[in-house]
Amino acid sequence: MKDNSVLEMKNISKSFPGVRALQNVDFRLCEGEIHALMGENGAGKSTLIKVLTGVYEKDGGEIFLKGLDKAAVIRSPQDAQNLGISTVYQEITLCPNLSVAENMYIGRTKGAGTNWKKMNAGADKILKSLDIPAKATQQLSSCSIAIQQMVAIARAVDMECKVLILDEPTSSLDEHEVEKLFKLMRDLKKKGVGIIFVTHFLDQVYEVCDKITVLRDGQLVGEYVIEDLPRVKLVAKMLGKELDDMTEIRDDSLVYKEKDASEHIFEAQGLQSNAGIKPFDFYINKGEVNGFTGLLGSGRSECVRAIFGADRVIHGSVKIKGKDVKISKPIDAMKHGIAYLPEDRKVDGIIGDLSVRENIILALQVLKGFFRPISKAESYKFADEYIKLLEIKTASADTPIKSLSGGNQQKCILARWLLMNPEYLILDEPTRGIDVGTKVEIQKLVLKLASGGMSVTFISSETDEMLRTCSRLVVMRDRKVVGELTGSDLTQNKIMSTIAGGDN
Amino acid sequence: MGKTKTEKSGFSFSAILRNQLFIPIAALLLLALFNLIMDPSFYAIRLGENADGFKVLSGNLISILDMGSELAILAIGMTLVTAATGGQDISVGATIAIAGSVILRVVCGGEQSVTEYKAPIIVALIIAIVVSMIFGAFNGMLVAIFNIQPMVATLILFTAGRSIAAWINNNTLPVVNVKSFGVFGNYIPGFPIPTPFIIAMICVLLIFLVLRFTTIGLYTQAVGINENSSRLNGINPIFIKFLTFVILGICVAVAALIKVSRISTINYSVVAKDIEMDAILAVALGGNALSGGKFNMTASIIGAYVIQFLTTTLYKFKVQSDALPAYKAVVVILLVVLSAPVVREKLTQLGAKMKANKKEVS
Repeated sequence: MKDNSVLEMKNISKSFPGVRALQNVDFRLCEGEIHALMGENGAGKSTLIKVLTGVYEKDGGEIFLKGLDKAAVIRSPQDAQNLGISTVYQEITLCPNLSVAENMYIGRTKGAGTNWKKMNAGADKILKSLDIPAKATQQLSSCSIAIQQMVAIARAVDMECKVLILDEPTSSLDEHEVEKLFKLMRDLKKKGVGIIFVTHFLDQVYEVCDKITVLRDGQLVGEYVIEDLPRVKLVAKMLGKELDDMTEIRDDSLVYKEKDASEHIFEAQGLQSNAGIKPFDFYINKGEVNGFTGLLGSGRSECVRAIFGADRVIHGSVKIKGKDVKISKPIDAMKHGIAYLPEDRKVDGIIGDLSVRENIILALQVLKGFFRPISKAESYKFADEYIKLLEIKTASADTPIKSLSGGNQQKCILARWLLMNPEYLILDEPTRGIDVGTKVEIQKLVLKLASGGMSVTFISSETDEMLRTCSRLVVMRDRKVVGELTGSDLTQNKIMSTIAGGDN
Repeated sequence: MGKTKTEKSGFSFSAILRNQLFIPIAALLLLALFNLIMDPSFYAIRLGENADGFKVLSGNLISILDMGSELAILAIGMTLVTAATGGQDISVGATIAIAGSVILRVVCGGEQSVTEYKAPIIVALIIAIVVSMIFGAFNGMLVAIFNIQPMVATLILFTAGRSIAAWINNNTLPVVNVKSFGVFGNYIPGFPIPTPFIIAMICVLLIFLVLRFTTIGLYTQAVGINENSSRLNGINPIFIKFLTFVILGICVAVAALIKVSRISTINYSVVAKDIEMDAILAVALGGNALSGGKFNMTASIIGAYVIQFLTTTLYKFKVQSDALPAYKAVVVILLVVLSAPVVREKLTQLGAKMKANKKEVS
């Protein structure tokens, strides 16, 4: 083991039934270093993290930690914690109904009694030293998600961790909050903590990280110093091929032309749901790709949920192809040819224990009706067709969807809705938490579908993605539609200024 | 994850272990083996004459199939309720009392003892089914609409059910002195197989037809696993949960008919006592998660007969009926622990290791 490294993983292997998730992977983390772990979905990032934190038991290989003479034995998350390895996950794993201090010390107090005064004082001290704007006695749920994330980190830091793992910590934070988190990470770095940072945002990697380790298909591609690996090369390493220029995916023949518009496929007036958005007007033409943009929490998702009837509609009228219709629940929308890929894949999308096949046929089956089940043979045909079409990586059509990687789960959900052959497809953050390659695939697919006459509403946190795919953007601020951009107005700057309200 | 390399699994130890039918069938074989070693005469089946002078089959195996019928029928409904709601209905015993009471009330027309039907038996059964469905709907409403935990919601009828049953017949115990009334709980004249088993098999056939020709299987599992997603895919989770309770209601009425037919009368406080626990056990023994989601109907039904097999075995070995539950508990603990996912995973790993060792040796 080299002098300044805090963690060395050697020849790590791990297999699942049918899949070799990790094959002889090496990983080295130095003191006071922020180290990005990059790779496509299914490359083995999460598996490596889970082996390190004791969630999975490795099949082979050794883990060395600073201060230990021999290979560390990590059989459970508790073991990992005792060895100074702490993890902060994408989803907050604290208890929202307890106070900040309680969350920081839960499971660590000795004996039956609790010295509340000491605990609160201790918590306040750590919070202050890390510059986290929270009070020890505050209830955790009253803090913003970013602060909660930081409290989780503070807890980890206080347990004298040598290795801090941040697994997609930024995906539910806005830019300002991300900045705060980065400051905290840099502070910890100065204190000598080694940080493993897992993210899909390339910008963030280049902003805070010192080194990058790239995995692909369960194998190590290499470890690089950040200066030596420009963005394009990183993406190429992750994909294992030179990238066909991402900015050029917009084929001119596919670009939607307003004059083709013969009819509004969908039109809403004064639509409002109980999710707290202001009434909004909206329409989409046949073969058009449009989108909702705005900051996180500006009401983008709530708008499309209102269109699909996912939230309770309390106001407004809806027309489909010029005819008045009533959409009060999802099945109504589906019957009118509307499909909706929800923002939160885990909570609203997948049916975890069911197979890939059952997940794919679900929407079509519901549409066909209770007394007309799709036969097994037919469902295998559908599933196999879409597994091939969307290149879903799965051991078989009978694999439970929850054992697939995030990107592949998303493809299954996409398959589910495409199978329904909708006229109007709503995609709410279809590319969140997905690797670059799949992102491009999905964007291409959207444009292809639209050129085939399908109308698509596309929502993404990444503006350049929307600029590449949409021909019209509805801009939202504070749960209200504040503008609409088309044609030459579709630029980053214009979007920013509309979101910020610079015009008025 | 990563490259998809399917290993040749074929007919391996771990594949058998992973199969959901493994636990109930293994339990069945174990019990069978135990009886075979202890006393092979356990399996004797005789064709003898019963009290009415008809030739009927008798023996321990026949009595298992006979006495396990009510449990098998209830296991059908309980499996669906478990899958969709992630909870169990503990009121089935009490609602059997109600449905049985309704049947007697209709057949006897309110009299203490009758020698001929006051109303056709089919009418009585239909009314009982409707009443049980209403009580099922009541449970379903509490669970599906008011989001009360199933065990708590059904605690209401569990507590009140037997009183309601007694009230239906003014706290009398009507006796039906009509020969044909006993047919459902005993034998059809001239036919050697016990009627309850035939009724149970009809119910099993019906539920498999329903599972084959409707999407209820997919919907209940989807709702049980992820209610949010199900709703966004156009399924109405409230209706599905409600429906499973109503189906369980039908099962209850059929089980009640067998129960009252067996003795041509009813005892409100004893009839189908503790049967809810056995029904829940049947579901668990079948390897179905009691927290809902995926289910295997065949496994539940086999589970029901395993429980009856166990009961009959214990009776055979002269275990006092008071001590019965204690013995049952021990066996149940063993089986449930064995079927726990954690243990099964370890067993699978062990199997894999054994296989690897074998390879090294050879």
